[in-house]
Formats: sequence, C-alpha cells, structure tokens
Amino acid sequence: MKSMSKMLPGVIALAAATVLSLTGADVRAQDKTITLCWAAWDPANALVELSKDFTTKTGIKMKFEFVPWTSFADRMLNELNSKGKLCDLIIGDSQWIGGAAEQGQYVKLNEFFDKEGIKMTDFAPATVVGYAEWPKNTPNYWALPAMADAVGWTYRKDWFAKPELQAEFKKKYNRDLAPPKTWTEFKEVAEFFQGRMIDGKKVYGAYLFTERGSEGITMGVTNVLYPMGFKYEDPKKPYAMDGFVNSPDAVRGLEFYKALYKGSTPPGLTNAYMTEGLDAFKSGQVAMMMNWFAFFPGLYKDPNVGGDKIGFFVNPSDKAKGVQLGGQGISVVSYSPNRNEALQYIKWFANPDVQKKWQAIGGSSAAKAVLNDPAYPKSSPFAQPFLDSMDMVVDFWAEPSYAQLLLSMQKRVHDYVVADKGTAKEALDALVVDWKKVFKDDGKAK
Amino acid sequence: MHWWSTGRRSSRTTARRSDGQAQAKHGMSTPAALVARAAQATPAGVASRMRGLSDRAIAWLFVAPTMLLLLAINIFPLIWTIKLSFTNYRANRPNAAVVDVGIDNYVSVLTDPDIWLAMQATAHFLFWTILLQVLIGFALAYLIDRKFRGHGFWTTMILIPMMLSPAVVGNFWAFLYQPQTGLFNYAVSFLSGIPASSFEMIGSVKLAPWAIIIVDTWMWTPYVMLICLAGLRSIPDYIYEAAEVDRASKWRQFWSITLPMVLPFIMLAVLFRGIENFKMFDMVNLLTSGGPGSATELASITLKREAFEKWRTGYSSAFAIILFVAVFGLANIYVKALNHVKNR
Repeated sequence: MKSMSKMLPGVIALAAATVLSLTGADVRAQDKTITLCWAAWDPANALVELSKDFTTKTGIKMKFEFVPWTSFADRMLNELNSKGKLCDLIIGDSQWIGGAAEQGQYVKLNEFFDKEGIKMTDFAPATVVGYAEWPKNTPNYWALPAMADAVGWTYRKDWFAKPELQAEFKKKYNRDLAPPKTWTEFKEVAEFFQGRMIDGKKVYGAYLFTERGSEGITMGVTNVLYPMGFKYEDPKKPYAMDGFVNSPDAVRGLEFYKALYKGSTPPGLTNAYMTEGLDAFKSGQVAMMMNWFAFFPGLYKDPNVGGDKIGFFVNPSDKAKGVQLGGQGISVVSYSPNRNEALQYIKWFANPDVQKKWQAIGGSSAAKAVLNDPAYPKSSPFAQPFLDSMDMVVDFWAEPSYAQLLLSMQKRVHDYVVADKGTAKEALDALVVDWKKVFKDDGKAK
Repeated sequence: MHWWSTGRRSSRTTARRSDGQAQAKHGMSTPAALVARAAQATPAGVASRMRGLSDRAIAWLFVAPTMLLLLAINIFPLIWTIKLSFTNYRANRPNAAVVDVGIDNYVSVLTDPDIWLAMQATAHFLFWTILLQVLIGFALAYLIDRKFRGHGFWTTMILIPMMLSPAVVGNFWAFLYQPQTGLFNYAVSFLSGIPASSFEMIGSVKLAPWAIIIVDTWMWTPYVMLICLAGLRSIPDYIYEAAEVDRASKWRQFWSITLPMVLPFIMLAVLFRGIENFKMFDMVNLLTSGGPGSATELASITLKREAFEKWRTGYSSAFAIILFVAVFGLANIYVKALNHVKNR
C-alpha cells in the first residue's frame, strides 16, 4: 500500500502525460488540412460533400483546388513538374499516369494497399488498368480508381417517341426510330433529325466533340475509330503503328466522323467540347449528344430536358465494340508534406460504404461493391449503358509523352475534319510520322 | 492640407539662407566652393560614411538595384533560354539526363513546315491588323481632331474596347461570332441578306484568320487613334495659317503638313502594335484556340504548345530565341527608320 502511495504521483503524472499526448495528437490531427486537386465539374462538388465525412471521422480538414477542364492539365501538370506542394492528393487524368509514375510525382501505392488490405481486384478491371497501373497491365499501382467514366450518348426520348416521326422514319428506313446500335444506324438517325422543325424550332442530328486546344476532338473521334478497327499499335509489336493507326478501317472511321460532323451537327460547333455539348442538348438543339457519363446525373435532373425527355445509350458499334475511357484515379503527390494524412484519405475513400455513398451523391464509383450490386443497373437510366461501356473501354496512350501524342492527334484530326485539309489517309499517315518521332525521341522505337 | 507645403517652403528658405551665408562666408562661387558647400550641407554622419567613395561609385550604388533586377528577370532568363536551346531538356522530366544537341533544335525549328505555317499565319495577322488599325485609327483621330460637338463623349466611347481584358474580348467575340445566335452573323445577314447560319466566322478556314483580325482591329484601333491624335494636336496652328496665306488647298495641306508631321507618331504606333501582335496569344487562344485546324495558330500559340503542353523545353527555347532575334532585329531596323523620319 505504501509502495502504491509512493508510486501514485508517478502514475498520475504518466496518466496525465498520456492524456495530454493523446489530446495533443487529436489537436494536431484537427489542425491538419490536406488539399485535393481536381477539375471543376459536378462530381467535384459531390466530392466536397462526401469529404465532410472524412473530416468528421479523422479530424483532418479538407481544402479543394478545382480547375476548369480546359486548363486543368496545364495547371496541374505545371504544379507537378515544378514539384509544387499545393496538392496533397490529385485526381489526375488517366493519361498522366505514365509520366507521373516515371518522374516520381505520384507515390507508389503497392505497399500501402498491401498493408491496408486494399485490393485492386475490388475495382472494375478497366479502371484499374486505365487509372492505376503503370506500366499498363502490370501490378504497379500509382492511384486508386476514383471516378469511373467513359463516353456515352444521350437522346431526346420525347422526340424519338413522336408518332409522326416514328411513322416517317419507319417508312424511310424500314425500322423503328430507336437509339442506334451501330454507326450506320446512328448516321441515319442523325441525318433524319438534321434541320428538322420540332415544336416550332429547327433542330439538328447530333452533337460531337470538335475542340482543338486540349483533347476534345481526339476524345470524340476515337469513339468511331475504335469500333471501326483503329488500333494504336501492333498488338504483337509495341510502338509499331504503320498499318494500325492508318489502316483502311481507321481511314474509314475518320472519314465517317467527318461525314457526321459535316452532315449531322449544328453549325458553329467547330471548337466545342463538354460544356458546349451540354448547352446544345439543354437548349433543345440536338437529338443526340456525345458526352461523358459523369454529366448524365445532372442532365437527368434537368427540368427542361431531363426525366422522361432524356434517354441514354451506349456508343454504337461497327465491326467491333469500343468507346473512349474517361475518368481518373486518385493519387498521393510525392512532394506533399502531408503524405500520411493523404494516405488516410485514400484508405477511407476505398471503403465500400464510402464508395456507395460516392455513387449515390453524384460521383461515379469504380468499385465492384457498387457496380456488381444487383440493384445497380436499375439505379438510373444510364447505369446499364455505363456498365456496358465499361466492358469495352479503350484509353488513349498513357505514355510519359502522352501530351505530345495527344496534341499531334488533335492537330491532324482537326485539320482534316474541321479545316478540310487533305484526306483522311494523309491525316493518319502524318499522325504516324508524328507519333514515330515522339517514340524515337523517347528511345522506345527506331 | 498645407502643412507639408509650408514646411517645404520654409526648408527651401532655410537652404537658401544657408547658401547665402556659405557664399558670404567663403566669398567665392567656384566649383571647389560648390563642392565644399555641398559637403558642408551633408550631415556629418553620412559624409563620413561616403568619404572615400567616388562619384562613379555612388552612381553605381544608385543604379545597382535596377541593374540587378534587370539581370535577374531579363538577362538571366535570356541566357538560360539560350543555354537550354542547345539541349534536349524537358521541364516535365527533371530526372532525365540532359544531352547537348548542338544546333539540332534550331535546325528542327527552321525546317518544320508547321512552324512556317504558324509564321505565315502570324505575318498575315500582323500585316492586316496594322494596316487596318493605322488607316481606321488615323481617320478617327482626324475626325476627333475636328473638335465637333460631343467629340469628348465620342472619344471616350471609341476608347472603351482597348480598356477591356483580351480574355473577355476573346470570350464574348466567340459568342458574337456564333452562326445561330451571334450578333455579328445577324448583322451581316441583316445588311447583306446572306443567311446568318450559312457562314461560320471562327469555324471556316477562310474566314477565321479574318475573324481574329476584325477583333484585334476593333480592340486596338482606339490605341492607334490616341497616338495619331497626339500627333495631330502637336502640329502648331501657325503652319496651317501660313499655308492658308499661301493659298494651299486642304488636300495639299494634308499631304504637305499633316501627314509628314504625324508620320513619326504613326510609325511609333506601328512599332507598338507590331511588337504586341507578334506575341499575340490570349485573345486568339480564347477565340479560336488556333483553329480551325491550324488556320489561326499564331507563332505564340505554337510556342506555348511546344513549351507548356508538349514540354519540349529545348526545342521551344530555340523557337523562342529565333522569334526574339527576329523581333529584336526588325524592331532595331524600324527604330533607325523612325529616327531618320524624325530627324528629317
């Protein structure tokens, strides 16, 4: 007893120290703020809401740096290249992963995933390859799939349902006026609507991506090129592009995209991307619109063109299926002074319950816990087309030189499709020359 | 309000008094006496600190901060860019080995057909914007100089476009050029009867280069007008009066007095607009992004793409140096011509 009383002050001191240190740790955690960088769009707003749960759970505050899509790559790649400390977490485009991994800009997450029990098999395979792996198809992970996305289509369900249009279309094409399944059908439907008067207003067939400055026209044209047989390289011989990039099928695809652009789109859409597409559809200009699935929840809620008036369909096929992959993974920036807190966020975000909430409030989860849920296909009118799309996605080059490759394609395709310069074969031949030079400079091709 | 002016006045009076006292005391006004007086007027502490420093050294002390600033923000980046232009350096690959490639980058730039297309687009843009701005700007200045009723109001109205941000101008002209809803197409349609949606100002390869010329002319003609107006107002009235006495016609007065005397001002405006438009980026980038295809891809847009999108830092440094030498060389020749005209 005596010895206990002797020890008491020490025990009290130790307990006090423990309490103080724990409180101190808590205070420190509450003082910590991490910054998440992404593009400024609807899902980013949903992520702000979702992240409040993370702050509640961990005490780590969140700051957000959202940049408009048109300058997103410029701004964020500048930040990474200058070893900036602005972003602790970054939801970067899928094409950046090669460069960011090779230049050590992202933290490699394999050890962290193993330690925390995060399995990449819990995510849709296409998103893992597209958003997390570098080199592709190897188990080297630099991101957690965060925002699953692909190109999809909306259409004016109310216009398609008009009996007089149904009858006229059937008479002309001997089939029902319905969302097209092939590119041939698509062209017919688009031409059918082009210049037609509906509800006293002149409307147009389709909206396609044509933007010149960043990635727009490439993200558009590939949706025709992939199904028609375009390949980035010889599957048996990496970086061998002759006869694949400029194959007769690829030429046909490029010519087809130009024919659609010239004959089925509203005038003036010579440099148009996501926002212009949303404007065209919301203002009732077009019967069908190409855009990213990420925008579809917002469109579905639109008071003028949403609800019963809007329908969704998967990218049409041709000799094959294929659609452009969008979306991003979330990575920890290696220059971040708050790496542990950023990793905590990744761990929290990977949780299936968080992924379900992410999906529910306007994000787009890549987790199988969400996508394989039996209720998912019926959760929204675009859920099934999205699932179908994720089975056939193809991504652009994710090489460290992706920007050079992308800008060459932007130039060659825009020159041919919008500026009427040369032929499709010449455009694709020039593209092969450009790309070969890039890979030669990188030491990857002769 | 007046306390400081009173103070200044009294300090000046004091200085005058002490000057007078010093002059009276020394009874001389030679340079040596002036120096002695200056030294006397300098507080003792400062004088002792400065003692031993020559005038030249003190002059250098004053100039040094500006020189250092210039070196840091102008000369050093220029030298660094020249150095990078001989390498394969890429700013997005800081860990990669930097290899000296000699003049390869310069050869690549000068033999790249896309670069020459960009230079052609730039030359077209430069020529027409300067021509139109000088013609319209001078005509407006000539009108405003007549000092008609309300000329002050109209001067202010004309100046509004040049007060706007190029980014704003680029964005709203993109809306004005919209074939379906844009006011520009509507106005053309109203005046000519051509259907508004039958032509695309920024979507057509033929019209897009003119679309950016129109916007730049709209925005910067007021600037040229201001310079020309300054030139017109600098001509003394008595020259015209003398011409009137000599019974010179208005036409003769214009060609023999007005134009020659305003010419240095016009040449100055051409120099300013030429340099500005050679590096035109913001407005055109927002209006057309260099499209359709590459129809409006000016040299500065190509340079930006190479440097900050493709990250070919060495290559783009070589391109930047070539552009710099071209502008610097042309500007020097032009300034010599300008001085020649001024000295006539």
